[in-house]
Amino acid sequence: MSELSAPFAILAELTHRCPLRCVYCSNPLELVRRSNELDTGTWRRVLDEAAELGILQVHFSGGEPTVRKDLEELVAHATGRGLYTNLITSGILSDGEQLIRLADAGLAHVQISIQDSDDETGDWIAGYAGAQQKKRDLAVTVADANLALTINAVMHRHNIDRIESVIDMALEMGAQRVEIANVQYYGWGIPNRPNLMPTLDQLESMNAIVLRRQEELKGVLVIDYVVPDYYARRPKACMNGWARRFLNITPSGYVLPCHAAETIPDLVFDNVRDKGLADIWANSTALNRFRGTDWMPEPCSSCEYRERDWGGCRCQALALTGSAENTDPVCELSPFHDQVRALAESESQTREVALTYRSFSKTPETT
Amino acid sequence: MSERLTVSESSELAFERGVRLHFDETRSAWTLMAPEKVVVLDEIAHEVVSESLAGGVSVAQAIDALAQKFQAPRDEISGDVIEMLQGFADKRLVRAR
Repeated sequence: MSELSAPFAILAELTHRCPLRCVYCSNPLELVRRSNELDTGTWRRVLDEAAELGILQVHFSGGEPTVRKDLEELVAHATGRGLYTNLITSGILSDGEQLIRLADAGLAHVQISIQDSDDETGDWIAGYAGAQQKKRDLAVTVADANLALTINAVMHRHNIDRIESVIDMALEMGAQRVEIANVQYYGWGIPNRPNLMPTLDQLESMNAIVLRRQEELKGVLVIDYVVPDYYARRPKACMNGWARRFLNITPSGYVLPCHAAETIPDLVFDNVRDKGLADIWANSTALNRFRGTDWMPEPCSSCEYRERDWGGCRCQALALTGSAENTDPVCELSPFHDQVRALAESESQTREVALTYRSFSKTPETT
Repeated sequence: MSERLTVSESSELAFERGVRLHFDETRSAWTLMAPEKVVVLDEIAHEVVSESLAGGVSVAQAIDALAQKFQAPRDEISGDVIEMLQGFADKRLVRAR
């Protein structure tokens, strides 16, 4: 294996608490409760260690990170260590004054999620009445605080036909950048997959529109596009490789290569409460488990793309083939590829079934 | 809605909101830190950025300074400088001041 290089970014999941209940939330089905969240002092130490390790960007996320009373303190601390800070928010709990305080603390960039361009459907997917309007209201204050704004729009069967107006909404909200991301089927997305999976026709229409608008809006709005991979022929380079560029720290302090990795049952993750970040980055058995290419089975191990897609996604391999060690079945070289395509086509035709809303209770709420 | 910035010699540029010039000590490289993006600047790109975004100068003045610094014919480098800055503008990394 090549020499270990330093990671570029961490996703700091400060909390799993969130006013929204989005049906595709990437948080795990078993959410961390407030009583088990890392305290301010531990996060400050982790940010120090991140800067020393060579991390450049910190994404404060959750859950909804603005529920943490120490958010401004943590942004200021990170900035003081030379880290570039980003806030990933639902936009529900903040106001312009808070954004100005965060900007004064050194915050550079805000990402506000939207669920749709249609408020009624957006609020239904988020399980929160009035959510969309609150997001619109917050967005207009971002420029006043001199912060960069990205709109994160998650696409699925119920909003994909409105892609054009979703992009327009990002423009109206004053964004420099929009992330158009098809639902990635992890966390709460898995039980809701039959209700969210788009049809191939819908996807192809969206692809054409996104390509056209990327060209039309060059220099006006950067459109980053995350394609839905169930219909793809090649897997995504998930996280640019397992534990290669990126770290995720959960609200209770576990260090993961991505937000979904805890679904893989036999991995033991280290915790920042017990060990330093540099030690964990280099020596965590879970981070080393799928790092590089040595772990790969065929057809990955001899594949010319092995250092481009890194075998795709381990969590998806687990979810769709029963083993995290298999080639990501999205790859057409996987023996499971045809099954995944058939699953997507079949689920895209599913009649409406009850949504499972994100929730702390053991028995998820449905509509 | 804003319009695409066309960079010319008369342009006066600034970093877009959320974009910062940062020296990465770990990798010994100048970078532009931007939303979900780290743009690693080679030596030339760093000089172009430093001169063009120094504040209070036009692109023409930046090209003058670069031509002098590198002892290069001005008309040979002006196109390359404008092209690089246009690329940054199209990625929303720089804006008109």
